[in-house]
Amino acid sequence: MRDHSRLPTSPGFWRSPLRGPWFTSVLGLVLLVGITVLFVTGLVSYAAYNPGLSRVNDMTPDKGVLGFYLFAWPTDPVWLYRLTQGVHVTLGITLIPVLLAKLWSVVPRLFTLPPARSLAHALERISLLLLVGGGLFEFTTGVLNVQLDYVFPGSFYPLHFYGAWVFFAAFVAHAVLKTPTAVRAVRQRRQERNDLVSPRPAAPTVSRRGALGLVGGGSLLLFLTTVGQSLGGPFRRTALLAPHGTADPGGGPNGFQINKTAAYAGITAADTHEDAWRLVVTGRTGTVRLSRAQLLRLPQHSASLPIACVEGWSTADQWWRGVRLRDLAALVGYDGDPPDVLVESLQRHGAFRRAALRANQVADGRSLLALFVNGEELSPDHGHPARIIVPAAPGVLNTKWVARLTFGDL
Amino acid sequence: MPRRVRLGSPFQLLLLACSFALAAYAGVRLLAGDWFGVALWIVGAALLHDLVLLPLYTAADRAVTGGLGATGRRGRTLYVRVPAMLSGLLLLVWFPLISGMTAGRYRSATGLSPDGFLTRWLLITAVLFGGSAVLLAWRVRRAAKHRPPADH
Repeated sequence: MRDHSRLPTSPGFWRSPLRGPWFTSVLGLVLLVGITVLFVTGLVSYAAYNPGLSRVNDMTPDKGVLGFYLFAWPTDPVWLYRLTQGVHVTLGITLIPVLLAKLWSVVPRLFTLPPARSLAHALERISLLLLVGGGLFEFTTGVLNVQLDYVFPGSFYPLHFYGAWVFFAAFVAHAVLKTPTAVRAVRQRRQERNDLVSPRPAAPTVSRRGALGLVGGGSLLLFLTTVGQSLGGPFRRTALLAPHGTADPGGGPNGFQINKTAAYAGITAADTHEDAWRLVVTGRTGTVRLSRAQLLRLPQHSASLPIACVEGWSTADQWWRGVRLRDLAALVGYDGDPPDVLVESLQRHGAFRRAALRANQVADGRSLLALFVNGEELSPDHGHPARIIVPAAPGVLNTKWVARLTFGDL
Repeated sequence: MPRRVRLGSPFQLLLLACSFALAAYAGVRLLAGDWFGVALWIVGAALLHDLVLLPLYTAADRAVTGGLGATGRRGRTLYVRVPAMLSGLLLLVWFPLISGMTAGRYRSATGLSPDGFLTRWLLITAVLFGGSAVLLAWRVRRAAKHRPPADH
C-alpha cells in the first residue's frame, strides 16, 4: 500500500480527512466576498489620492485604462478614508488564515497528473499560478508595507496596484469557473466526493466544522489584535501587535499617531525657525510671502478632522485651527472661485514632499493650513510651523512643514 | 499516431483568454521596473508557500499527532494544535515587527517604541498555551471525577 502513496502525485499521499468539496467551498466563498471587498476598497484608496489630478500625486503614470473609474475624491463624510482604508487593511489581515486554509485544502491538485487533460485545463492551471502567486504577492506586499519593511522589488504603490489587477484578472476567471460548484457543495448536506477527498484518510482529530472554527478563531485573533489601530481612542490599546497599536507617541495635545517624524523627514529646527520660515503663496495675482506671525493675523478657523493613513491606522478627530485654504487662495486672486493647489513641503526627499489638492478640497471650509492642534501649537512631528489638513483625504496628502502653495488649475 | 489535442470547454477558453489579456495588460506595467525581482516574488511566493511553508507546518502537525498517538493520547492533539497555530499565525503576519528587523526605521518614522512587539507576542503565546493547559487539566479532572470507582 505504501508504494502507491510515497509521492504527492498519488492521491493516497494526502491523508487528511478534512479535505473535500465542502471545506474548500466554504473557504472559497468567504474569500469570494472578502477579496472582492479588498479589491474595491483598494481601488477606492487609489482614487482617494486623486492620481488623475497631477503628476505629483500619481505613483502609476502608466496606468492607462486601469484608471477608468477615477473620480474627484469628496470631502464628505470626513471619516470616509478612515473607513475604506481601515476596512482594506484590517480585512486583509483578517483573511490571511482563510487564504492559507484555502490553499492547504487544495494543495493535492498542485501535483495532479496528467498535468493537463485539455488545452482549457492547461490554461486554467497557468491561471492558477497567477491566482496563487498574485494573491500571495498582494497579501505579502501589503503586510510588509504596513510594517515599514520595504524589501519588495520596487515602490509599494505600483507593485500593489498593478499586482492587484493581475491577481484580480485570475481571481475573476477562477470565481466564474468555480462559484457554481462551490455554492452547490455548500448547499448539499451530504458530502460530495471529488479528487480532494483522501482515498485512505487518517483517523480524524477534528471535525470539518471544528477545523473551520479553528480558521475562524485565527481570523478573530488577528482582527481583535489589529482593529484597534483604526478605531483609535481607548481601542488602540487592544491592537497588541498592529504597527500603530497599544500606545500614542508622547502625551498632551500633540500626542497622537505620527506617520513620519520631523527627524525622519530631515526637517531641522533651523528650517522652521520663525526668522527663516516663510510661506510662499502664488496665484493669479502674483506671489505673497507670509511669516507665521502674519498668518496668525489672518482669520482663524477650526475643524475636527481625523488623520487616516494608507497603512490602515487612523486617529480619532483632532481639533485643528488655522487659515482656510480658500482664504489663502483669495489672497492671490481667487476670491470665491478657489482652484486646485500644489502644496510643497520643506522635506527634501520622500514620495509625497509635493502633493496636489483638487478645487473641491480647497473650497471646503474645513480644509485648513493648520497652525494649532487641540489648542496647542503643532509639534515638529505634526508639521510645525504649518501643515495641510483636508477632510477625508489620505494622510500623505495632508502635507506637513508646508513651504509653498501654488494655486491654479493643475 | 499522435492523439489530437483536446481543447476543452470553449466558454472556459474564452474566459481564460480574457483573463490573461487583462493580466498581461497590468503585468507589463507591473514588470516595467525590476521585472526579474517581481517575477521572482510572484513565482517564489507560490513555490515558497506550496513547497516550504505548507510541508513544514504539516510535518510539525504530524509530529504532534504522531507523538501523542504513540502514548495513546491522539485525542488531545487540539490542545497543542490550537495555541500553536494561533501563535504561529501571529508570528507569520507580524514577523518584521516581532523580530525587530525594522526596529530602526519604525522608531525613527513613527516616534513609537519598537520594543514591545516581541514581549507582547510571547505573552499572548504564553496565555494561549497556558489557557489550553488549564482547559485540558480541568477536563481531565472532570472526566476522572465522573468515572465509576471500579476504574481506579
